[in-house]
Order: sequence, then structure tokens, then C-alpha cells
Amino acid sequence: MSAAANLPAWAALLTAVLVLVGAAVTLIGSLGLLRLGNFYARVHAPTLGTTAGMASILAGSALCFSLLEARPVVHEILIAVFVTLTTPVTLMLLVRAALYRDRTEGSRDVPAAEAAEELTPRR
Amino acid sequence: MSWLLPYPLLSAVLLVLWLLLNQSMSPGHLMLGSVLAVLASWAMAALRPEKPRIRRPGAALRLLGMVVTDILRSNLAVGQIILRSREPGMNAGFMTIPLDLRDRHGLAVLSIIITSTPGTIWVNYDAAKGTLLLHVLDLVDETVWIRTIKDRYERRLMEIFE
Repeated sequence: MSAAANLPAWAALLTAVLVLVGAAVTLIGSLGLLRLGNFYARVHAPTLGTTAGMASILAGSALCFSLLEARPVVHEILIAVFVTLTTPVTLMLLVRAALYRDRTEGSRDVPAAEAAEELTPRR
Repeated sequence: MSWLLPYPLLSAVLLVLWLLLNQSMSPGHLMLGSVLAVLASWAMAALRPEKPRIRRPGAALRLLGMVVTDILRSNLAVGQIILRSREPGMNAGFMTIPLDLRDRHGLAVLSIIITSTPGTIWVNYDAAKGTLLLHVLDLVDETVWIRTIKDRYERRLMEIFE
């Protein structure tokens, strides 16, 4: 990483802070996976990493490489867009699969489907 | 014109995407990107989706700004619940919200907004009854969440799409 020596001090500091904040937020999200009680509550935790955690790390990356290459580097915006569009799909699939399982098992902790009609597409 | 570009906005976005991915504005990439964008929009046309009509781009930008600040605030809120709460997730629960929004694209955007905001997850939408089943991490007062989603997001999405 000899190229990093070309980075002015303020930019190096700012990049470091952004990356650390992003990592910390993502770590808190992962701690949430550990601490939260049941599946549905746990699904909320990783969204910290995919929103603020991701944004902060990407901002640090954009800042660092824009200065090093002396031109705006904006790949990061694409990463942010793709992550934001795709993670909700995964999370919704996971929650719906869990809900389907719990309803089939007759669990009382989840709202009952009106004769399970909600989960089957209707035409 | 419409046979060449059935979805002009989609093609434009794809071209920008291609140029950003390659970090280049060279004529070669402009051409390749344009050809790909037009081909992709033909593929899209073959699927014959309903064409979304975005009526108020200004309102869409304001909504984007609002969602970004809301996401940051919920990050703080959920982080505090995880770190400070003695028994995190004890207030978590399901709730149902009646929605007036019917446009498919509006509902898709709403589902992304709700799910990417930490602390709320879109679980199920009942198209017949128009109700939405949500899971909320900090479900102390249902009316607060109903007001947030209906007043802040749904009203604006209806302005934009309907």
C-alpha cells in the first residue's frame, strides 16, 4: 500500500473514520443477531450493516480512491443501489418462509393466515 | 421512436450504469452501452409489464431525501435497542396496516423502503383486502407506525405513481 502515502493527512483521517464507523455499525448489527430473541426480531439486525454501515464504508472508499486517482470514483454509488435493491428481497423471502413454517406448525406467536389464503397467489 | 425505445428511461439508466461500471466515456463504450441498453429494453418489452408513470419527479427526490434521513435515524434507534436494552426485541411484534396505495410500482417501492429501514420489515401484502402485514422491532405504539408509513411514505408514493 505505498499509494496510500500519497493521500493527504486530512483525507487519510477522514477515510479511516468513515471505514471505522461503517465497521462499528455493521458489528452492532451482527451483535444484534446474537442478542435478539427470536427469528423475526433477528432479521432486523443485519439491515444496519446494509444501510448505514455500507454507506459509511462506501463513502470512505469513494473519498480515498477519488483523491488517489485525482478523478471522481463513483462505482460505490452502484454498489449502494444494488445492495439497497437486493437485500429487501432476501429478507422478505426469509421472513415469509419462517412465517409459513410457523403457521404450518400451528404456532400461536404469529398472526394466523385467514385459512392460509394470504400466502397463495390468487387470480 | 417507440419501437426503438419502448422504455426510454430504462434504456437511459442502463447506459449510465454501463458507463459507470466501466468508468469510461469513450465512443466505444458509449456505443456498446447504447446497443445493450436498447436490447435490454426490447427484452423488457417482451415481458409486457405495466408501464410505470412517474408523475412528479420532484416529489420522488424529496421522498428519497426523507427515506435517507429516516434510515439513518432508525439505524441509531435499532443500534440503541441492541446495545442498551436488557432484553432486546421484547417489544417486537407483528402489526397490520390498511393501505390505500394500489399501484404495483408504488407498492414495490414501499416494500423496499420499509424493509431497508432497520426496525421494520414488510411481511405480506393482501391484495384483496389491501392490508399490509409488518414486523416491527420496537412495537410500543402501533398508531405511531401507522402514521409514519401512511403519512410519510404512502401519501407521497400515491402522488408520484397514481
